[in-house]
Amino acid sequence: MPGGIIGKKIGMTRIFDEDGVIVPVTVIEAGPCFVVQKKTQHTDGYEALQLGFIRKPLVKCNRPLKGHLEKHGSKSGFQYLKEFRVGGAENYLPGQEITVEQFAIGDRLDVIGVSKGKGFAGTVKRWHFHRGPMTHGSMSHRAPGSIGASAYPSRVFKGKRLPGHMGNVRVTVKNLEVIDVRPEDNLLLVKGAVPGPRQGLLLIKKAG
Amino acid sequence: MERLVQLSREQMRADLPDFRPGDTVEVHVRIVEGEKERIQMFKGVVIRKRGGLTGATFTVRKVSYGVGVERLFPLHSPNIERVVILSRGRVRQSRLFYLRQRSGKAARIKEKRTPLA
Repeated sequence: MPGGIIGKKIGMTRIFDEDGVIVPVTVIEAGPCFVVQKKTQHTDGYEALQLGFIRKPLVKCNRPLKGHLEKHGSKSGFQYLKEFRVGGAENYLPGQEITVEQFAIGDRLDVIGVSKGKGFAGTVKRWHFHRGPMTHGSMSHRAPGSIGASAYPSRVFKGKRLPGHMGNVRVTVKNLEVIDVRPEDNLLLVKGAVPGPRQGLLLIKKAG
Repeated sequence: MERLVQLSREQMRADLPDFRPGDTVEVHVRIVEGEKERIQMFKGVVIRKRGGLTGATFTVRKVSYGVGVERLFPLHSPNIERVVILSRGRVRQSRLFYLRQRSGKAARIKEKRTPLA
């Protein structure tokens, strides 16, 4: 199995383990995915599998996508296509089903998603700066304060933490433990939080 | 969301009696000490019940040797052996935090008068 799968975040809940300890888990609906394209050393210069997630009829795909799918002999269209690096991509069959069964309880996973957008955020929210006093005549409530010295260097250093757009970026959370796998519902329960909103698209890979 | 609720249902317990804030209960908790496992009891008044699927909790308050002790239990924890209702209390609030400011006679709770079954 390729060690990767595409999924959708369902949400978070808590679960009791066998000792009765509460474990926070994220429920992910992962797969079934289908192999669409095999990329090999010979043809592409590297080995990878392109997987399709969530079927949709071919007629609903736009023409470039339809052409791509038909070229590789895919019978149905997909909402999402994502690529996973694997060794031995040759050994997979086009259309082969990839499910959560490849993961076992206790495995470690890296989960990639797009974080929730926070818009234009100040330094307090974005970089956890302290805020100034709210009273006693203070006028610097949530201001960033000094952003550097004056005549020398006469400029602001690159990388200085300032207000700006926050969130809506690709985030990887590493080393999440698999708490439960349910192939019958295509569900994956991992310990801890993953980036993005509910129903957000996630890429799940074996850690390491 | 629907599926999240469904998934949580599996973990939730339906075997516990329906107790409410104001009730005096005895909570039997399973405690593992190294190899040994034993049951510990905690007797007191339920002063709060909080909802939320598997995350539901309740707080039991008792006064032990003149010191108020409150313990928070996850309602659906498998470590709760059983909950025994000793008496039903008649209270008007759902959160009985006012008991913390009271002691002795003032901290009593009237027993609920139930129609004869």
